[in-house]
Amino acid sequence: MITTEENIKQEVLEAVIIRFVGDSGDGMQLTGTQFSDTSAMFGNDIATFPNYPAEIRAPQGSLYGVSGFQVHIGSVEISTPGDEVDLLVAMNPAGLKTNLHAVKPGHTIIVDTDAFTKKNLAKAEYESNPLEDGSLENYRVIEVTMTSLTKEVLKDIKGLDNKSIVRSKNMFALGMVYWMYNRSTDHTIAFFNKKFKSKPQIVEANTKVLNTGYYFAETLELIPNAYTIAPAKMKPGTYKIIMGNTATAWGFLAAAEKSGLDLFISSYPITPASDIFNEFVKHKHFGVKALQAEDEIAGITSAIGASFAGNLAITMTSGPGLALKGEALGLAMIIELPLVVINVQRGGPSTGLPTKTEQSDLLQSLYGRNGESPVIVIAASTPANCFDFAYEAAKLTIEHMTPVILLSDGYIASGSAPWKIKSVADMPEIKNNIIKEANENWHTYDRDENTLARKWPIPGTKGLEHRVGGLEKDRITGNVSYIADNHEYMTKIRAEKIKRVQNYIPNLTTEFTDNGDLLVIGWGGTYGSLYSSVKQLKDEGYKNIGLAHFNYINPMPKNTETVLKQFKKIVVCELNTGQFAKVLKINFNGFEFLQFNKIQGLPFGNSELTEKFKQLISS
Amino acid sequence: MESTAVKEYTYKDFASDQEVRWCPGCDDYVILRAMQKALPEMGVKKEDVVFISGIGCSSRFPYYMDTYGMHSIHGRAPAIATGVKLANPNLSVWVITGDGDAMAIGGNHFIHLLRRNVDLNIILFNNEIYGLTKGQFSPTSTVGLKTKSSPYGNTQPPFIPGELAIGAQARFFGRIGGNTPKEMTQIFIECEKFKGTSLIEVLQNCPIFNDGCFSQYTDKAVRADMQLFVEHGKPMIFGKERDKGLILNGLKLEVVTIGENGIKQEDLLIHNAKEQDPTLHQMLVRLRYPLVTGIIRSFDDITLEERQKEQTAEVKAKSSFMKVDDLFFSGDTYKVN
Repeated sequence: MITTEENIKQEVLEAVIIRFVGDSGDGMQLTGTQFSDTSAMFGNDIATFPNYPAEIRAPQGSLYGVSGFQVHIGSVEISTPGDEVDLLVAMNPAGLKTNLHAVKPGHTIIVDTDAFTKKNLAKAEYESNPLEDGSLENYRVIEVTMTSLTKEVLKDIKGLDNKSIVRSKNMFALGMVYWMYNRSTDHTIAFFNKKFKSKPQIVEANTKVLNTGYYFAETLELIPNAYTIAPAKMKPGTYKIIMGNTATAWGFLAAAEKSGLDLFISSYPITPASDIFNEFVKHKHFGVKALQAEDEIAGITSAIGASFAGNLAITMTSGPGLALKGEALGLAMIIELPLVVINVQRGGPSTGLPTKTEQSDLLQSLYGRNGESPVIVIAASTPANCFDFAYEAAKLTIEHMTPVILLSDGYIASGSAPWKIKSVADMPEIKNNIIKEANENWHTYDRDENTLARKWPIPGTKGLEHRVGGLEKDRITGNVSYIADNHEYMTKIRAEKIKRVQNYIPNLTTEFTDNGDLLVIGWGGTYGSLYSSVKQLKDEGYKNIGLAHFNYINPMPKNTETVLKQFKKIVVCELNTGQFAKVLKINFNGFEFLQFNKIQGLPFGNSELTEKFKQLISS
Repeated sequence: MESTAVKEYTYKDFASDQEVRWCPGCDDYVILRAMQKALPEMGVKKEDVVFISGIGCSSRFPYYMDTYGMHSIHGRAPAIATGVKLANPNLSVWVITGDGDAMAIGGNHFIHLLRRNVDLNIILFNNEIYGLTKGQFSPTSTVGLKTKSSPYGNTQPPFIPGELAIGAQARFFGRIGGNTPKEMTQIFIECEKFKGTSLIEVLQNCPIFNDGCFSQYTDKAVRADMQLFVEHGKPMIFGKERDKGLILNGLKLEVVTIGENGIKQEDLLIHNAKEQDPTLHQMLVRLRYPLVTGIIRSFDDITLEERQKEQTAEVKAKSSFMKVDDLFFSGDTYKVN
């Protein structure tokens, strides 16, 4: 046998996109996570995105039961999990069929040929075996009898049932990919030792299969070259790979500690927001008070109760749940209490596409309540900055005494990326409006002259007994008032209070250029896609395209109009039919807001964006 | 019952400066006054008392109490109150609700509050009608009742609040006529003492839209004969002459007369409100003759906030995380230089 070392070219790449696909039970999420964590620790910038079916245990081998995990790693800045993939690892025919379209022509596919049985091919609705009928001739296909090799390796380990043996085949695939990209298996072996501490034979089995996959790739003549991806230039610091939903929960943990308030969270399970609640309840050691409520309405109303009693109160949901919370959000708004509603957007309307991403709750967030009831609306834009905007949501609601809707979406919520860990000590101060002593002149609706926030009198404080409620209140005493002028005054001052938040948020920044031919506008979770597309065009020589990405939706940054004026054309890119474009049109006269929209439950692709921007610049 | 100790408050301390705006003759006035009289007897500090209401005539109640209060939205008071209590378990939290608020639009919160056993008190103003919307039938209206929304008679069978509540694992249930303020005051004091969710159903007459709906039980002239006021540890005896009582005959309660068929007072059932098994309590709640009032069920059980407190203490004791930074910098981190 020819040893590979002399044959292998070590090709250096800037970035690579890998997708692992298989059956729901094949362990693709774990495989992908291990690869991305290892790469991050090696120093690469990364972005990942899981893609799994809505069905928990879909029938084995079926097309809709395919589970996938995409990893984008690079020695350059990585801002999205990427579109087309360089390497597809397909553990079964259904995975191949549903993901082949994403593979760049000429690039590599690794398949477990043992899974390409007649039965599995039929389940994947293949009329002939794609490994034999020539339909993959545009790709470099590496066929490996992964299941039988795994069985062979593990035949001597005692106490392992057949199910556990077959389950380890994902580690064979991972071992191969580790070798191809010149990665160490150390992190994953350490992971086995920790995760399966009490099951030494499982540790042994997984380690063995992983190593076998690694050496198999090394000695396999089918792989003509291996690759290296150098570490990326990232800001010095301590990092951790974090998922958007986790970062969101941690932002509130930080805000609670910084503000000195107890944290109360209450919500009803809903995809894809549930993971935020699941993360919070792990941390009862910080005194987190949690209620899994009987429904969405109880989720928000119990949070309102906790806020009335002086806690930092959070409720979380996704689209349909926000609709159910609408009336109660109006109550929090008229009472003027701190409250954060996190909405992890998903495809709508109604139940829609629960596991897919969309940005179609913007108008609901802004206007989806009865009466005149503005609230602060902000949106996170990357998995890592979910932390910052969760913190910001808490800060704004506490300091301005009005509810905040924090928007996230399925894409950034389930995606992960490196997070430069922040210490609570480095976060900005949070000043609360709690009033601790009775003062004869105190009234329920006395306001701070700058923010217009009212005081926060908390039950248990002597002399501040007072009543609040959903009925309109007198502008000072807080007693029920049906007086016509008072209602108009109160309606306007509640709106003005939100508007004044402008004085406390940063200006809108433009990236790449401050003025020029085309301004690309986005908001929320599309930042990574828009950034990488505009950057690519800049690298190609287009110097007159700028990007302005909004995190503050209501109110918008003060300088927004100034920014808009610096460009000849404006295009608003959103994963909906143009909701933010509508909001901009209402607020800024004299501009033409062109639109680029996608409503497929998917993020923007790089090529569709660059194509559109080039076309707008040349026309 | 007057205590000799000097009290910190009188009923006037709990009255707000707001003019009470219920219809003249409404039992709500009786309930308000009974509450204002009960509070000074409870030994709670005024600043620790919170009233949370939903929507409906009864739900204006918090505005008339000089305590902390929230008049919220329809049906949601049990959930809001749960949040208040979990946020600060030291508070004395009261839910003020009506039959529509608690058992129609807020039915879900109502049953889940009872199931969880949060230590707070619910006063259910049952008038078997929607008053604030001017006279539609409610989930407790009798079949056949003619109302604005049932001109030919109500066709929906009613809930019996106590039956629903005990079915939802209520540990404390009491029922009281809206025209018996002394007993009502005493029951309010008892339900504050009880650790866990206590529910008091007040048979509250609406003189405008459903006048006299309870008069067959509550009118002074018939009350003694039609109501059995139960007390823990005492025989189930009633009647003007105190000669009637309840016995268990097979699986049914039976009204007997002392002295007839050889029945002696010792043969009567003794009320055990503290029994965990709710079977007999359910039978008492369903009985229409006599109508059972007083504290029917009062079973001591651990509360939600106690369970949570215990769990948090356990988790804290085992955890190495003192500050959130400990969490952030834990696990798989890596350094970039």
